[in-house]
Parts: sequence; C-alpha cells; structure tokens
Amino acid sequence: MDLAFKPVVLWTDVLIFILVGLVSFFIYTLRRNPENRARWREVFSTKLGMSTFVIIMAYVSVALLDSLHFRSELPPAEGQDSEQVYYSNTVNSVLDLMLGEMGERQERTYSSPFSLKSWNRENIKTETGETVRDYPELTYGGQHLESPDDKALDIVFQSFKGLLLGLALASILIGIHWLILKRSQSDQPALPWSSAWLTFAVIMAIFGWLVTMGNLYHVLGTDQAGNDTLYESLKGIRTGVLIGTLATLITMPIAISLGIMAGYFRGWVDDAVQYIYTTLISIPGLLLIAASVLLFQVWINNNPSYFEVGLEKADAKFLALCFILGITSWTTLCRLLRAETLKISQLDYVQAAHAFGVSHLQIIWRHILPNLSHIILISFVLDFSGLVLAEAVLSYIGVGVDPAMASWGNMINLASTELSREPSIWWNLAGAFVLMFTLVLSVNLFSDLVNDAFDPKTKLETA
Amino acid sequence: MSIAEAVRETEAKTVQSTELALQVSNLNVVLRHQPDTRILKDVSFQLNKGEVFALVGESGSGKSMTSLSIMRLLPDALKITRGKIQQGDTNIFALTEQEMGSIRGKKIAMIFQDALTSLNPVQKVGDQIAETLKIHTNLTGSNIRKRAIQLFEEVGLPDPDKRVDWYPHQMSGGQQQRVMIAMALACEPDILLADEPTTALDVTIQKQILELVKELTVSRDLAVLLITHDMGVVRETADRVGVMYKGEIIEEGTCDAFFENPREEYSRRLINSLPDMDSYRPAADPAPLLKVDNLEVHFPIRKGLLQRVHDYTKAVNGISFSIAKGETLALVGESGCGKSTTGRAILNLEKATGGEIWYNNQKVNAFSRKEMLPLRKKIQVIFQSPYSSMNPRMTVGDIIEEGMVSLQMGLSKAEREQRVESLLKRVQLEPEHRYRYPHEFSGGQRQRIAIARALAVEPDLIICDEPTSALDVSIRAEVMELLLELQRELQVSYLFITHDLSIIPHLAHRVAVMQGGKIVEQGHTEDVLTNPQHDYTRKLLSAVPKVH
Repeated sequence: MDLAFKPVVLWTDVLIFILVGLVSFFIYTLRRNPENRARWREVFSTKLGMSTFVIIMAYVSVALLDSLHFRSELPPAEGQDSEQVYYSNTVNSVLDLMLGEMGERQERTYSSPFSLKSWNRENIKTETGETVRDYPELTYGGQHLESPDDKALDIVFQSFKGLLLGLALASILIGIHWLILKRSQSDQPALPWSSAWLTFAVIMAIFGWLVTMGNLYHVLGTDQAGNDTLYESLKGIRTGVLIGTLATLITMPIAISLGIMAGYFRGWVDDAVQYIYTTLISIPGLLLIAASVLLFQVWINNNPSYFEVGLEKADAKFLALCFILGITSWTTLCRLLRAETLKISQLDYVQAAHAFGVSHLQIIWRHILPNLSHIILISFVLDFSGLVLAEAVLSYIGVGVDPAMASWGNMINLASTELSREPSIWWNLAGAFVLMFTLVLSVNLFSDLVNDAFDPKTKLETA
Repeated sequence: MSIAEAVRETEAKTVQSTELALQVSNLNVVLRHQPDTRILKDVSFQLNKGEVFALVGESGSGKSMTSLSIMRLLPDALKITRGKIQQGDTNIFALTEQEMGSIRGKKIAMIFQDALTSLNPVQKVGDQIAETLKIHTNLTGSNIRKRAIQLFEEVGLPDPDKRVDWYPHQMSGGQQQRVMIAMALACEPDILLADEPTTALDVTIQKQILELVKELTVSRDLAVLLITHDMGVVRETADRVGVMYKGEIIEEGTCDAFFENPREEYSRRLINSLPDMDSYRPAADPAPLLKVDNLEVHFPIRKGLLQRVHDYTKAVNGISFSIAKGETLALVGESGCGKSTTGRAILNLEKATGGEIWYNNQKVNAFSRKEMLPLRKKIQVIFQSPYSSMNPRMTVGDIIEEGMVSLQMGLSKAEREQRVESLLKRVQLEPEHRYRYPHEFSGGQRQRIAIARALAVEPDLIICDEPTSALDVSIRAEVMELLLELQRELQVSYLFITHDLSIIPHLAHRVAVMQGGKIVEQGHTEDVLTNPQHDYTRKLLSAVPKVH
C-alpha cells in the first residue's frame, strides 16, 4: 500500500458511525409524519432550542472527528528494507490534525496556564556549570517569543488573529446557509436562525482562538505528566459523548423489546420480564458495574495478543464499560414502555387491527412502536446527560475509563490530589468541568424542550 | 350556622318568586395568542332563581367556556376581552382572586360530566364533603357529619349514614354524581352550573339525576345553568333555553315556545335531528347469517399470592340470538351489561367460555387466530370513540388499506388505492383526504373513516359498538343515515350495540334487551317497544327523554 497512514478502526468508532447512520434514518422517517415535523419545529422555534442544539452538534462533531483514527507512516530508518513501511505506535485522529501540534507539545510536569516556566523548581545546570534551583523554561509553551517581555502583547495579537480566523470561517459558513435559506422560500414561520448563527459564531471564534493559542502556549497549563490540559479536555469530549450515546444505544433495544413484549403479550412473558428487572434493580448498580469492569480488566490483561496498540486495549475496556452501563440501566425505560404498551394495546385501533387479522409483529411495528416513540426519545435525551456524569463518577472511583484514554472522569480523579496542594492546581479540574458542564447543561435544556413538545401530558395542560 | 337555621333559611328562600340571580352581559372571549379567533361573541343571558336555564349546542360551540368564565376558571390560553357578569350586587370580574374564592363554591357551585374523576379516590366521600363544610361554614365536630348525612339524604342516596364512610369507587356512576351534587349544595349556593351532568350516565340513571336537579331547583330556589347537547334532556328539564352556535347565543326563549316554534334554522335542525320514534322498520329475511347459541364469557377473578382462580365475573351468561342477511339487530342495555363483550366474542377477540357462535355454518369460537383469518373479511367492527379507534400516526389511506393488505385480498397497489378512493367517496369524504392524518378530522368525519375501513374488506356483518354515542346529535343523524344507506346498497347486516333506545326504531329490524349478562327480552322492534313484556324494558323506555 502506498498510503502514508494506516487507518485504525476501533470498535467504538464503528458503533458511533452506525449510530449516526441510524439517527439519520430516524430523522428521515420522522420527516414523513407531519405531526412529528410540527413538534420538532416547536422545539427549534425557541431560541434556546436552537442554541443548545448547535452546542450539542459542536460536541458531536468534535467526537466524530476524533473517531476517525489512523497511524501515520514513520520515516524509513537507516538500513531498513525500503519496501517495508512501519507505522507509528501512537494512534491519531482527524481532530489531532485540526488541533495542529497541540497534543505533541509535552512538557516535563505541571505548568500553569500561559506560563513560560514550569510550576516546580528543579535543579538546573547553568552554562557556567553551576547547579541552580529555579523554575525551568518550558520546552514548548511560549518558546516562539524572542523575549519574555513580549508575552502580553503577543497574547493580545494572537488572540485577535485566532478570533478573526474563527469568525471568518463562521461568517463564510453562515453566509452560505443564509443564501440557501433565501433561495428556499417557505410559507411557514421562520425559525430563529439568528440565535443559531450567533451560537455558531461564538463557538467558531472560541475554537479558532483555542487552536491558535494552543499551538503557542499551554492555554490551560499542563498536567503532572506534562500533557497539555486543553488537549486532554478536548479529547475527553469523545469519551463523554460516546459513553452517553453508546450506553443508551445498548439500553434501547433491550428496554424496547422486553418492555413491548411484556406489555403486549402479557401472561407468562410479562411475568418473566418483570422478574428479570426486579432482580436487576435489587442489585446495587455500582457494585455490579465495578465487579464487571474488574472482571473484564483481568480478561484484557490475560489476552494481550488481541490488541495491536495500547489504544485498542483502552477502547475494549471502554466498550465494556458502555455495555455494562447499558445493561444495568434499561429497567426504568422498560417499565415505562411496558405500562404504556399495556394501555395502547387496549385501545380501539389495536383491537381493530386484530379484527383485520393483522399479525402480532405488524401490530407492534405499525401501531404500538410509533406511539411509544415520544417516550423513547425523551428518555434517550434525559439518560444521555446522566451517563456522561456517571462516567465521571466511575472513573473517579477507579472503575471507569482506562487511564490511557483521555476522559473528564480521569482528569477530575487526578484533580482531587492537585487541589489539596498549596498553591493548588486548578486548571485540570477547570478544563474538565467547563466542557462537561456545557455539554450536560445544553443537553438538559434541550431535553426539557423535547419533553415539552412531545409529552402528550404537557400538551394537555397547556391546551 | 346551626342545621336548624340552615333549614329555615332554605325554607325562607322557597317563598321568594322568580328573581334575577346572575346576569351575563356581552361576554367576549378570545384566544390569547390569536385575538382574531373569537371563542365567545357577545354572549348575554340571565339566570333566575328557581329556574333551569339550558344552554344547548354542539361540541365546540362555547357552552363550557361560558360556564368557566362565570367561575373565572378559563384556561390560560383564553382571555376575556369584554363583558360583565353580575351576581346580585357583585361584579364578578371586579373581584380579586381571593374574593373570588369565597364566591366559588359558596355562591356559585359547579358539577361536572365525569363524577369519578372529580372525586378524590383515596378519601371517603363524607370526608370530602366535610372539607368543603369546614372551609365555607362555621359548623364543627359532629355537626359536620350530621350535615353531610342530611345532604346525602337530600340528594336521594340510600342509607346515607353508611354511605358517608364509603370511598368513591364503591359507588355506582349515578351515586357518584349524587355525591357531586351534594358537595355542590354543601355551602348553600345560589347558582348551580351543571356541565353535561348526565352525559356519562345510563338513561335510567340520567332520568333520576335530572329529576333530582329539577326538585332541588324548586326546593332550594336554585338558579341552574344546565349545559347539554341532548335536546331530550332540555325538553324534560329546562324552563328556558338558549341555543349556542359558534360562540353566539342565536336563540333564547322559554322551553315550550322554543320547541313549538323554533325561530332559527339551526334550532330546527337540532330538534329535527332527533330520531323519529314512531316509524319502525319492517321485518327482514329470517335465514340466519350469524347464530349465537347460549354464549357465555366468564372472566376469572384471581386472588392470593399464587393468583389462583377464585371466582368468575359472568360478563355474558348464556345468551342466544341470530342475525339474518341485511338485517339489523340492536343489542340494548346499560353499561356493564355485557353487550360489548358479546361483540368482542363474536369477533373472536375474547374467548367464549361456553356456548357456540355459528357464522354461515362455521363454528367461529373454536377457531385459532390463524383459522380465523378468512372470516375476518366477513365480520368487521366499528367502535364507539372516533378518537381512539384510529392510529394517530397513520394516514387515512394507510388506515383504510391496512385490512386489505393483511387479509391478502389479492389486489395490486393501484387497485387498493382506487378502492380507498371509492370508499372515501362512498362515505361522503374527498379522495384527497387519504393523505391526511386522523387528527385533522372532526368526530363525525372520523366515524365515516372508521366505516370506510370496515367496508374495505367487503364484510357481510359489521358489529357497531355504540358508533354514534360520542357524536353530536345532528352528526349522529348523518352517520346513522349513512349506515342505513350502506345496508340498502350492500346488504350488510349490523349488530348494533347501543344504550340509546331512541335511535332503535329508525335503525333496527329486531331488538334484544340485555341486563346483567342475559337477554331479558327480544323480538321485532315494534313489538318490543310498543308492547314491552319485561319490567326492565319498560323501565328503559320510560327513561328515554322525549321531545314531543
């Protein structure tokens, strides 16, 4: 092969792209039903809905870009067979390309945001051969400056550059969208595009600034191992978004199939399903998760031959975690769906379908499932933010994501010791906190709007 | 106030002659977000003491909104833009929300259509009345209980001293409605707003409740606003009538004058839409298409940890009847008598525990789900509620097509589409309607779609489970006319399940009266209705409200 890189396909990558496909298909089928279209319109006709959606989409696109992995080609070493190509052992993603060298600028240990020097004093040999104890210069952070006095001016200048870059890119994209909108004249009331554009412009400006500044300074400092905190936080987005979506993806089929079966067929099927979930609920969830993760960890350690690179190992553990979270959290949705199915299967239109000799499968597919979709949708969005938080909690107690994988939970876990130092190291926690907070807040606000639009009960109260 | 005083005051009131209790003038209500959509347009009327004023109209005409405006309980989406409501010397719209609290319940009380949802299911009915008495009167301790018993006696509940300790679910629908009325009367209101108080009740109980309302109007000198869509109820109960149409009162007058000589075209239509009870259908061909022989449907009652069968609810307990081709058999009875279960058993949706159902010499009730398939084409069903009988997420075309697809009638896609179009035309809808969703149609139109769906598979027998009872009177007449026309053209038979005796003469060749899971009387409609043999039939007949 003549490729200068070798694509690496992780299990989670495959799943996330399957999920994207499924969601696109779901949206396509929704478009056909005018009632659903009207409800989604209601969600997006609020300014809040538009901005939170843009924020969520920004997170999702970062996660997707970070899910395209590859290993780049190593320059041929001396005496190497020229036909043979070796690939780097570090796995990179498309996001890494966009972030430039941010991830490769590794220092020796802690440094504070925008600092030029390390956080800890070390013994340094001066040119004269003396050993002095002082703060050493950073290898990368701010080393493009000719003199440390230029720092303030340079930060202002580079900030302008970064912001303008982001805004320019944003205005081009917004301009294109505006033109498309202008072309397609529709008689329906206009959606509040301006707030979407504003949010988009702000996100792009921030991103442009971060990329520009992140390649010159350590915007959020570095952690104990000298890794750039900003880079780690951005890489954590993929972990957060994936755990939210993949765990729900595993939850949904179990909850939907068992819930509908129990509610529709009743009798012994119902009894069996109810016994399963009452048993599962009565086991403490955290205990079950911890035990399963540890078991899987042992399996990974015993079978190293299955994994080519370290990231694949971490990914397998991550996937197992999603699986376990999914398997332990389907019960609530299952109960909701069972109750609703019990109700719907007594309705006249289902009885009429029986009278027409429609098969059980067809009745479930055409009559029951579509009328449960609002519950499924609402619980999907509500569960998502809960799972992102669950990842942080699990990593904090040490049964979560592999330390080799960047995740907000791991960062918060480290921060617990860092915060107790004097002076305390706050930037690790801040990076993880701000990104996680924005994601969970936007998802929660958005899910509120979805809930209001789709829940028939809230409809009745306002009508 | 002691009980004696309260009684004396009531007696004092009865002496007074008709005087003004409530004056509504130029009431205007609009949608808050669309001020052009006027829900009520210059509604004016007055309520007099000791008189029942009936507000009649079809659903959506603004009757309920009028009564909610009087209570100042309009939903948030609506806004009063103009008008005045004067109760005695007080202008209701000028009161603060706190002052309004003392008007609601104390001066103006309200009773609703569905008593069960208006009562708290986890509280004894006596305690629920006591609560109102505690707030609005100065009765204390055992006097409250005494007063509650007294009120129960007044509204005609049997054994009132036992009933006060009952929970709502232990009572029948009629008794629950009586409790509601007792609660409304607890604080000696001057005005009673009754919003469709009998719509959810059976005819015999409806008659009792209406009589109670009339009695109370006289004995307590109440001013009653009766909201209803049933002209029979109006004729029997009201002193004065106001006809509401699209948010306006288009005609107002005394009850007698109104029925003798309605001025407006719309009022005439309302009165004439009542079925004619004096013309009967001739008897039809006797060769039976469907024969039900000694049918029993028993539901097991399970008890205990192991859910062992303890006893049976005998929903249908040994009934026999037959239906000929092109004939209509009306199955009449009150709610809970097993008439709907009979229909479901014939459709094989409910397993018959005993007896036999024969369709064209085939024993239906022994068939499995698969064996039943060929017969599904022959027996179809139309349900009561036009709102729950269609999947809200399917287009009308898909709904009508579903049966043709699942029963494999051997039609191509184009043929099916053509058939959907012709069916829609047949039930007087537009072919373009097949692309729409059920929520875009009114109740009457939906019922037409349901009829088209049943006809799609060319059935010989249609089980009509109260298909008209959820519809307004004028629409009810149209739907019935459509059913009759289809019978003449297609020679379909109907098993018409209903609780409404008034529509039967017009519709049914024969009638079977059901009570408690058994048929007490059956025969030709004319014979049964003009010369009823069983007491129960006579009771049902006398309870039907009559206009003429």
